[in-house]
Amino acid sequence: MSVVFDNLDVFLEGMRRTLELSVLSFAIAMVLGTIVAGFRVSPVPPLRWAGTTYVELVRNTPLLVLMFIMVFGFPSIGLTYSYYVSAIIVLSAYTGTFVSETVRSGINAVSTGQAEAARAIGLTFPQTLSLVVMPQALRTVVAPLGGIFIALLKNSSLAVAINVPELTSAAEDIGTATASFIPAYLGAAAAYLMLTVPSGFAVAWIERKVAIKR
Amino acid sequence: MRRYRWLGAVLAVVAMTAAACGEGDDDGTVSPGGGQSSDTTLARPTFPGGTTMANLQSRGRIVVGVKYDQPGLGQRNPTNNRVEGFDVEIAKLIALGIFGGSPNDIESKIEFREATTPNREVFIENGTVDMVVATYTINDARKQRIDFAGPYYIAGQDIMVKRDNNRIRGVNDLAGTKTCSVRNSTPARNIQERVPQADLTLFDQYSDCVQALRDGRVESVTTDNSILLGFVAASPNEFKIVGNKFTDEPYGIGVRRGDDAFRNFINDRLEAIYASGEWARAFEATLGRLGIPVPTPPRVDRYTSGGAGATTTTAPGGATTTTTVAATTSTTRA
Amino acid sequence: MTAPFLGDALGPRGRRTTRIVSVLSALVIAGFVAVAISRLGDRGQLDESRWEPFTDPSVQRFLLEGLRATVEVAVVSMIGAIVIGALMALARLSRTPPVRWLATTYVEFFRGVPLILLIFFSAFGLPSYGVDLSVFWYLALGLIIYNGAVLGEIFRAGILSLDRGQSEAAYSLGLTYWQSMLLVVIPQAARRMIPAIVSQLVTLLKDTSLGAAIGYFELLRRARVTGEFYVNPLQALFVAAVMYIIVNFALSRLARWLEVRQRRRFGAGSISVTGVEDLAVVGAQAQAAMGGAGGTAT
Repeated sequence: MSVVFDNLDVFLEGMRRTLELSVLSFAIAMVLGTIVAGFRVSPVPPLRWAGTTYVELVRNTPLLVLMFIMVFGFPSIGLTYSYYVSAIIVLSAYTGTFVSETVRSGINAVSTGQAEAARAIGLTFPQTLSLVVMPQALRTVVAPLGGIFIALLKNSSLAVAINVPELTSAAEDIGTATASFIPAYLGAAAAYLMLTVPSGFAVAWIERKVAIKR
Repeated sequence: MRRYRWLGAVLAVVAMTAAACGEGDDDGTVSPGGGQSSDTTLARPTFPGGTTMANLQSRGRIVVGVKYDQPGLGQRNPTNNRVEGFDVEIAKLIALGIFGGSPNDIESKIEFREATTPNREVFIENGTVDMVVATYTINDARKQRIDFAGPYYIAGQDIMVKRDNNRIRGVNDLAGTKTCSVRNSTPARNIQERVPQADLTLFDQYSDCVQALRDGRVESVTTDNSILLGFVAASPNEFKIVGNKFTDEPYGIGVRRGDDAFRNFINDRLEAIYASGEWARAFEATLGRLGIPVPTPPRVDRYTSGGAGATTTTAPGGATTTTTVAATTSTTRA
Repeated sequence: MTAPFLGDALGPRGRRTTRIVSVLSALVIAGFVAVAISRLGDRGQLDESRWEPFTDPSVQRFLLEGLRATVEVAVVSMIGAIVIGALMALARLSRTPPVRWLATTYVEFFRGVPLILLIFFSAFGLPSYGVDLSVFWYLALGLIIYNGAVLGEIFRAGILSLDRGQSEAAYSLGLTYWQSMLLVVIPQAARRMIPAIVSQLVTLLKDTSLGAAIGYFELLRRARVTGEFYVNPLQALFVAAVMYIIVNFALSRLARWLEVRQRRRFGAGSISVTGVEDLAVVGAQAQAAMGGAGGTAT
């Protein structure tokens, strides 16, 4: 196990990278997913269609395939980004699908009385959505969203396939260099748990804080 | 619950089928045919009991780790589901020395598996494969975990660039530029040591590097010249090799550490095919088609293994040996 | 599927706005798609030579073999995961604290680490302990351990989502804890879990693509090899993506249909487990398909 402590700086750097990737991607995914959820419940058919297509296409494809398509396919559309940015785009897009569906279920959970009241005082559809429904919807789906963030922490490990190093690749490199894989992987597992378990607690705390007291 | 009984039955049937098929997930069973031009059919040799060769004979097949994505050396062809390349031909020739028979149906005794760069040592150590012939550079670090027979070819690290790039002429020109290789590979490590100022992009396979070069994300790809040549040949008019090799990469055949009997057998077999011309013919049919002239085969290195069961072996044998085709038992060489 | 919470139908101004936005957004979307296609064409990605290999039956067979390998390991792993998951769920609901604690540790540990790490550990770590399996089983082992933990959570949520009245009635009849669990609770909870199992199968199928890293020759790896052989990597990836999407989409629809049917028939709520992405999606879609507010249990 000394392998871990000898290379502690590499592990910590990997943890930092993983966290950075995940937090940035999640922030974008939240915005993207909320907007797409809005599309999917809107009365405008092309928006609904676009949202549905996006969700169904992206979530049914393995994340690795999406990564490769982004890096090896998108330059042909003229969209060439750095590998790091590409990883964030892919992770955001993939996670955004789950965010969108979760938020949509949250929207559906808000009682229709709220929307009716909003209409009654003359709010338009976008206003109803953003001022009345979304704030309530988001507060009810904090737990599932937290789960999605934790899943994203784990999914970020695939970024290594497109030249974006993070915690798992750090463990691989150390394992290969020192020929002691098991300590390296155990170290990485411990590091991931140090990220995911506190995240779980944080999510529970947030959920309690924003819970709608009825 | 009654309605779900049929579902349970279906699941059970699927499970049993899957479990039955799962074990031999064959990525390599191949229909025999169209191999080398027929040499004489080899008689099936006998080996001392307990040696790897005897065990392979009784098992009836050998599992070989090769590359699936390197043109000219080890590449899986989707149209006929066969693996093709120089490494593959070497593996076939060695298998011929174990099982006897003719080159045309030796493939039925070989199960090929993909041995990517990081997997090679592990596959040998845990017995997933019996030997690895996959652009496997011999070096001391690897000798800590496995043993090498051979070398059977000496490649060298070189650089590939786009056709119109005249800026990069040698390894030192890589400083300050973006270059690409495979993670945790020997070429990558060489660059990290020799030219740390190079901006190294790392992927899991070389074809990703080639695509990055094509898209202009990197300025060069660096690895063994034999591998690079395959890519140049696959995309003519796009790339070129700088042609200034700066290392020697001896390709060896990876076997389990300490298995001296097997290693000696393979080395004997290599020397045999050097002398008989089969090695040269295999080269011509694969790497030779990429424009590399057939070199003289390298001398095999019969080093003393650090592994358990190491026996003292003498200095490397000479280049010429008597070609005893019939019985290739493992003997201590004089 | 119009917004369920609009309350009343759109008036003339609303309808006009909607129509304008519809036309505009349709134009914008079509514009993006057109630009993308034309750029692809400029780069030669739509050339017939790049797509032609996929009309070759042997190439098709090559890829379908990959699909078969993918489905094979997914089904076998799912069965193993169901077994482990059932054990874990029961253990977590056990009355004996050490058993409960062990199961909780298992679940929390394996749900907190990435699957790729488990697979690497299985394929690169286990052999040094003398474990000697084929690549298929290393991959399956990783998938089973991981999904066993996930399904354990799902099963536990399913059991807990059952109305307490059921187990209370069982106790009042004199059944012990385990008798009530095995005879009353589980049979009823089990049917709730089926849509969850199917949706988790979707996740499993996607996760099999990680097997390429340890040498399992499944669909994604085969597609990449094909793309490299014919120098058409984008087209090969596209074909692979389409294959995955078709299979997963069909399974998701099946899961959604099962979920809706179950809600209608048994009035059951959905099972909600955090971090299980596809399950959340299926739940949301089933909810929407049923036209609005369905409760979430647990």
